[in-house]
Amino acid sequence: MGTDATDSQGTGEEIEVSGIVQGVGFRPFVYRLAHRLGLGGEVRNAGDHVVIRISGPAAARDAFAAALAHEAPVLARVEQVTRCPAPVPDGAFRIVASGAGTVSVGVVPDVATCPACRAEIADPKARRFRYAFTNCTDCGPRFSIVTGLPYDRPATTMAGFPMCPACRAEYDDPADRRFHAQPIACPDCGPRLWLEGGDDAGADPIDRAAGLLRAGQILAVKGIGGFHIACDATNADAVALLRARKHRPTKPLAVMADLATAHALCLITPDEEAALAHPSAPILLLQLKRDAPLAPGIAPGQRHLGVMLPYTPLHHLLLAAAGRPLVMTSGNRSSEPQIFRDDEARERLAGIVDAFLMHDRPIARRLDDSVARHVAGRLRVMRRGRGLAPMPLTLPADFADAPPVLALGGELKSALCLTHGTRALLSHHLGDLDEPATGDAFETARADYAALFAHKPAVVAVDLHPDYRATRLGEDLAAAGGLPLERVQHHHAHMAAAMAEAGWRRADGPVVGIALDGLGLGEDGTVWGAEILVCDYRTSRRIARLSPIPLAGGDAASREPWRVLLAHLDRALGRAAVDRDPHLTARFAGKPLLTLRAMMDKGLNVPSASSAGRLFDAVAALLGLAPDRLSHEGEAAMALEAVAEGEAPPYPFGLHAETTPAEIDPTPLFKALMADLHAGRPRATAAAAFHTGLAEAFVAAAAQVAKAEGLTAVALSGGVFQNARLLDEMVRRLKARGLAPLVPAEVPANDGGLAFGQAVVAAARRMG
Amino acid sequence: LAHGGGGSAMRDLIDDVFLAAFSGDGRAAPEDQARFDLAALMAHGDRLAFTTDGFVVDPLFFPGGDIGKLAVCGTVNDLAVGGAKPVALSCAVIIEEGLPVETLRQVAASMAQTARAAGVAIATGDTKVVARGACDKLFITTTGIGVVRKGLDVGISKARPGDVVLVNGLLGDHGAAILNARGDLALETAIESDCAPLNGLIDTLIEAAPGLRMMRDATRGGVAAVVNELAEASAVGVRLRELSLPMRAEVMGFCEILGLDPLYLANEGKILAVVPPEEADTALVALRAHPLGREAAIIGEVTGERPGRVVMQTRFGGERIVDMLVGDQLPRIC
Ligand SMILES: [Fe+3]
Ligand SMILES: [Mg+2]
Ligand SMILES: [Zn+2]
Ligand SMILES: [Zn+2]
Repeated sequence: MGTDATDSQGTGEEIEVSGIVQGVGFRPFVYRLAHRLGLGGEVRNAGDHVVIRISGPAAARDAFAAALAHEAPVLARVEQVTRCPAPVPDGAFRIVASGAGTVSVGVVPDVATCPACRAEIADPKARRFRYAFTNCTDCGPRFSIVTGLPYDRPATTMAGFPMCPACRAEYDDPADRRFHAQPIACPDCGPRLWLEGGDDAGADPIDRAAGLLRAGQILAVKGIGGFHIACDATNADAVALLRARKHRPTKPLAVMADLATAHALCLITPDEEAALAHPSAPILLLQLKRDAPLAPGIAPGQRHLGVMLPYTPLHHLLLAAAGRPLVMTSGNRSSEPQIFRDDEARERLAGIVDAFLMHDRPIARRLDDSVARHVAGRLRVMRRGRGLAPMPLTLPADFADAPPVLALGGELKSALCLTHGTRALLSHHLGDLDEPATGDAFETARADYAALFAHKPAVVAVDLHPDYRATRLGEDLAAAGGLPLERVQHHHAHMAAAMAEAGWRRADGPVVGIALDGLGLGEDGTVWGAEILVCDYRTSRRIARLSPIPLAGGDAASREPWRVLLAHLDRALGRAAVDRDPHLTARFAGKPLLTLRAMMDKGLNVPSASSAGRLFDAVAALLGLAPDRLSHEGEAAMALEAVAEGEAPPYPFGLHAETTPAEIDPTPLFKALMADLHAGRPRATAAAAFHTGLAEAFVAAAAQVAKAEGLTAVALSGGVFQNARLLDEMVRRLKARGLAPLVPAEVPANDGGLAFGQAVVAAARRMG
Repeated sequence: LAHGGGGSAMRDLIDDVFLAAFSGDGRAAPEDQARFDLAALMAHGDRLAFTTDGFVVDPLFFPGGDIGKLAVCGTVNDLAVGGAKPVALSCAVIIEEGLPVETLRQVAASMAQTARAAGVAIATGDTKVVARGACDKLFITTTGIGVVRKGLDVGISKARPGDVVLVNGLLGDHGAAILNARGDLALETAIESDCAPLNGLIDTLIEAAPGLRMMRDATRGGVAAVVNELAEASAVGVRLRELSLPMRAEVMGFCEILGLDPLYLANEGKILAVVPPEEADTALVALRAHPLGREAAIIGEVTGERPGRVVMQTRFGGERIVDMLVGDQLPRIC
């Protein structure tokens, strides 16, 4: 070995690589790289990093070190490469087994099928031609099959599939791309596929399933992290039937399509194409083409469509056989959690689907598809699930000495967060905790994460809301473990999440925070959701808020936008004016206004709330864009965003600086909106003017606060920032004023990111 | 009424109101304490039951009742759900200066009438007048004693998986009536409080279902609070069926508009009872035969799943958790 004998003698070094470098095919990569460059030496796992010893010419070693970062496997994240001269004996490069007592490798997310495996299942001569469970070290199931540690085949749901000699040989060969690929499988030894329901058995289950789909039937498809419900996305009847059976009238459905079809359906930028094709294969919200060949019921009233590429061989085969885009929505009944066990699927989905495409590789834990959107120059995660969890996030460097924290998150879109030093594990999406099944799954997930990552918290963090189930669980865990409990205000947690993801250090001091959210309990016992805060990691002060309105009926007001519309209009225009206006009398026809107003007067179940989410609801209702009763959270706000078109001068807001906190007053906005309604201005323009107006009002107020406090960074978070138009406007306007926006991207801006924020606040408080 | 006058004239006036109302209820000379013959009490059972409760309600008079009726029923029912025969009550009355004497007379009359209907004596009492603002119109505290039937042992921790959960009638009427009366809500409803003494009904139930595990009156916090306490104390799960909950359409509509969960609304004439499965039918029949139990229903069962948790099967076939709330139905949607 060695290409240049004259300068290879005795020249060696030891290289330590840290980051996410275990369980991701890093050692085989190093092995192949060393062989390619003609270097000798060895590689082994050590603790949570990898140690490489190489011998060879300096130039080749430099090339090797550079390639470690640049050519690393898709799943790896190389954070640090430390080189140190050392005597390394010559000899063919080899992989050294990890010694006993070595810390086990971590668990990584599931990975979409890699190009090599895709080519293999399409190759009639290949051993795995049309094999639905093909994978390698670069791709395949990971987190969804892990049952314990160390990450080794016996500790996965592949334990019941002994390798055949051919697979074993690949598994043992360091030069093979399946070297130590734990889920390795082939038609001789791996999981198999079958179809339940439908008629004539015997034929290939993929072809049969595709035939049923083409015939307009509805199928349950067992995937990586759970069951999907699938139908032909171009068949209006099939889509309507699926909606009726699933009791899901309007919420947009996700579509799975190959890249060419995706391009036919949506406008896709190069950044978005990269995101689609990323190994995490999220559902990406893409701009729908006007003439997209798709059933109209897929995303009614939406300008965007949730699209994902096939991410398992099963999906690739099914999609190719069906020859059309497929609806792939989560397999559950209405709002229940996605089903991931066979028996449960047979029982719960029986009334919804006509047949089941099943396989016998068990799913270790439910992982919903991740959802993301490209906004303001970056991919932003809206739901963290399959493909993203449990990839750790890195906290700013001065959290290195923080005690380990367990944060429990919020009530809806719940997720947990576990921290250890600067590592933060934000769990996958666990669902809405008012469902008993989700509540159980939440507790199971807590134990699951604690065990898998050997995490022992020293602090427990929860929301201020006493009746969030996550708060209760946190209180119980803290009491049982004798641990301190940190209660973190909802919007402080949202801000802290944005700060920490942006790398804002504790030492960097406070920022201005703009929280635009639904509702979260405030420190004063009222409900917040449209606030300007000044906060560091430990404390938060509310400087300004949207003028509060009475939320007649509590949560009922979040479900029925006309309630908040009435509250806003009564406040802005006065009751008499509301009652005189023919537009409004029509809008409120048949609504019990007297009762609602009496409730507000007497304070009967009428919490006071400053909420951006409810302002969106009110404006959507005024423009006739919201049903009397929402069928899913965010429906009205999504409709308002979808209808907004073009540029429009911002609607005005008032600013009352004399009150504490200061008030951003929507009265002028509603007056202008009413004038435009009477003038017959198109609602596309009105919706655009609303977005711009809200952006300008909060940016202007934040800029004043920044100036008064001598600050330059502005954190933006809360569920309302899933609105691309608003976020885009605000980021531009902040930058134009010389302010630096801190916007979450890997952490969801909605309550899915709450636990991450709670964790950093708790950690910072404990560090003093 | 004036405060601070303190003269014996004022005192006599107040005493007159109550003495007049309660006379004939067994109260003899106005001693500082009521006295009972133990032997007579022991004829009813072998244990003494003793309870107290304070009553504040706005407004004082509401459809279906008033603070006086409430004060008697509340304490009678608290005794009765423990399996006790209520014997006598005391009542302490705090009056805000300026309350019309006529109001006091009406309340006293209502207490007397309710006590007679329940078959208990108001055996002793006290009144105080306080300055304006020191209390809101009228507060009443009643304390009661009763005698627990021999051999009967009911309790919140005695439910077992398989047991059946019953209520004696329509839920939420009292809470809805009070809110409606307080709010002037412009609703075309005639919802009345269900306020009633339940000792008679409970006698019937005990006879029909001797294996009775527990009873509770579903007052503040409604059925949700009782069922949660039961689940916790007995370390069992409870599964309720929304479609089985007896409820007036009017109350449901009222809750819909107010954004309230009717399971959390107060009742003043409803008990929740848990009986072993083999006694469920006879218990239900017995309850329904009683005037205060015509709408009685089986609303769920005790399970071994999720100890401490109450799960409701919704009308759409889904499930949701029914929690014990710390906050006052604070919004949870973000
Ligand atoms: Fe939130
Ligand atoms: Mg009581
Ligand atoms: Zn592969
Ligand atoms: Zn094989």
